[in-house]
Amino acid sequence: MTAIRATNLTKRYGRTVAVADLSFDVEPGRVTGFLGPNGAGKSTTMRMILGLDRPTGGSVLVDGVPYRDLRHPLRKVGALLDAKAVHGGRSARDHLLAIAQSNAIPAGRVMEVLETVGLREVARKRIGGFSLGMSQRLGIAAALLGDPEIVIFDEPVNGLDPDGILWIRTFMRDLAAEGRAVFVSSHLMSEMAQTADHLVVIGKGRLIADTSVAEFIGRSSQAYVRVRSPRLAEVAELVKVGRLHPDHLRVTAMTPLEIGALTARAGLPLEELTLVQPSLEAAYMELTKDSLEYSS
Amino acid sequence: MIDIIRSEWTKLRSVRSTMWTLGTAALLMLAIGALMSIAVKNSHEGPVPPSGVAEVSLMGVNFAALAVAALGALVVTSEYRTGAIRVSYMAVPRRLLLLAGKLVVFAAVALAVCMAAAFAAFLVGRTILGGASLGDPGVLRAVTGTGLYLTACGLFGLALGALVRHTPGAVVAAIGLILVLPQLTVMLPGQWGRTVNDWFTSNAGRQVAFPSEASSLGPWSGFAVYLGWIAVTLAAACVLTARRDA
Ligand SMILES: Nc1ncnc2c1ncn2[C@@H]1O[C@H](COP(=O)(O)OP(=O)(O)OP(=O)(O)O)[C@@H](O)[C@H]1O
Ligand SMILES: [Mg+2]
Repeated sequence: MTAIRATNLTKRYGRTVAVADLSFDVEPGRVTGFLGPNGAGKSTTMRMILGLDRPTGGSVLVDGVPYRDLRHPLRKVGALLDAKAVHGGRSARDHLLAIAQSNAIPAGRVMEVLETVGLREVARKRIGGFSLGMSQRLGIAAALLGDPEIVIFDEPVNGLDPDGILWIRTFMRDLAAEGRAVFVSSHLMSEMAQTADHLVVIGKGRLIADTSVAEFIGRSSQAYVRVRSPRLAEVAELVKVGRLHPDHLRVTAMTPLEIGALTARAGLPLEELTLVQPSLEAAYMELTKDSLEYSS
Repeated sequence: MIDIIRSEWTKLRSVRSTMWTLGTAALLMLAIGALMSIAVKNSHEGPVPPSGVAEVSLMGVNFAALAVAALGALVVTSEYRTGAIRVSYMAVPRRLLLLAGKLVVFAAVALAVCMAAAFAAFLVGRTILGGASLGDPGVLRAVTGTGLYLTACGLFGLALGALVRHTPGAVVAAIGLILVLPQLTVMLPGQWGRTVNDWFTSNAGRQVAFPSEASSLGPWSGFAVYLGWIAVTLAAACVLTARRDA
């Protein structure tokens, strides 16, 4: 069953359109990356999924029902929106205990999830003193309390060091491998490329792409051959289909072998002949450049 | 519902500042009662009547009322300030059930502490002034009434907190409605003005502890009117809570 289904989801705040006519599905057993530049509407969409904000139009269902109709929602959906949105005066243990009790989750789960995220030693410490990385781990522990089939993380790697990033990435992959639906937002394509199986890309609240990661790269940008030569002008004339840049030539319609054969026959020396596979980041920039909220 | 109550109790007891504030309110109540009792003893000729002993020893009630109201407001507003309210609503999407859970837990804790503080304040006052017991006419009602009135003030604060979702706003509203405005309504002219004054929030609510002969409301009808104010505030808060984005 589809874990999350958004249908024509729309949200306006006064005159700001945060999410516009957005439809997508999140399936179990894979990591779905939710991508978009700052202000694209990712967090707003997640809040609507979780019944926190009311859609202006359209609907979003979790496992076929609106979130607000779930009896013990944490046993079905675990979410981390803002790791710092906690009462700093409580201990990690009490914080999680209160959440567990509200959904009739056995108190024993508290220490289990603290162990999972590596916070067992600081269970009795005030969470106000936690670093950002520890807070993220605590937020993830809270999301895992009810052993949910669906997990939702809003920019979980923000502010983490490389170790923390690697940990979360591996962790999300593991959750998906266990058959859970993982829905995770980011504004960095490079991050998602290494974590996600599927991508939902939005810009200015609208859907831009809903594809697998591989498909996304293939579709949205082209590979090209970069050619350098001390006699670049002559090479450009010979190749015809290239686009001349100050210090190199870009060719999309020919392979390196074809170009090499051509220039060899003409006796033109080459400095460089490289097939350039555009990065995922470049593909993403290309795709979202029209929908940047704040372009620099 | 029992799950939510259990969870809210964990939240309330696990924040040390909550318990401290409540304890401070109780101590303040005792201290003011004791000071007033000493002052009265030194200036008063002859024995103080039992109802007077009760009134003097419970004079800290106004300060305590504000402390308890502020704490009631914080039960709700502190979650909005930190953003933790979203975590709470994710766990309990039926928001009115969550609010009910907060209300039940806070009411129980506030009632226990406020009752204890009222009794303790009276016992201290009686020790200083002498000549009164809980069996004297009106004394027991004054003491238990003080506990009830304080608890109601806490609920008023909680309702205001749920309505404005913002600590300073809720506390200012509580001070205005419980302490300031009730003193200003005295100046309203005519019969109509007198009725408004009698029915105005704490003017009505305090009747249960210190009934004024001048009021058109009795001890219990006055307290019922005060609960009415709280109920209306709470109803407005419920409507908005269900509708608003978190
Ligand atoms: N409560 C709100 N009131 C008014 N406008 C809002 C509110 N929440 C979000 N917005 C606006 O809606 C748009 C989408 O914001 P949102 O936070 O969902 O974007 P985002 O994709 O999560 O961005 P980021 O990557 O910066 O976290 C923005 O223009 C934002 O200013
Ligand atoms: Mg966001």
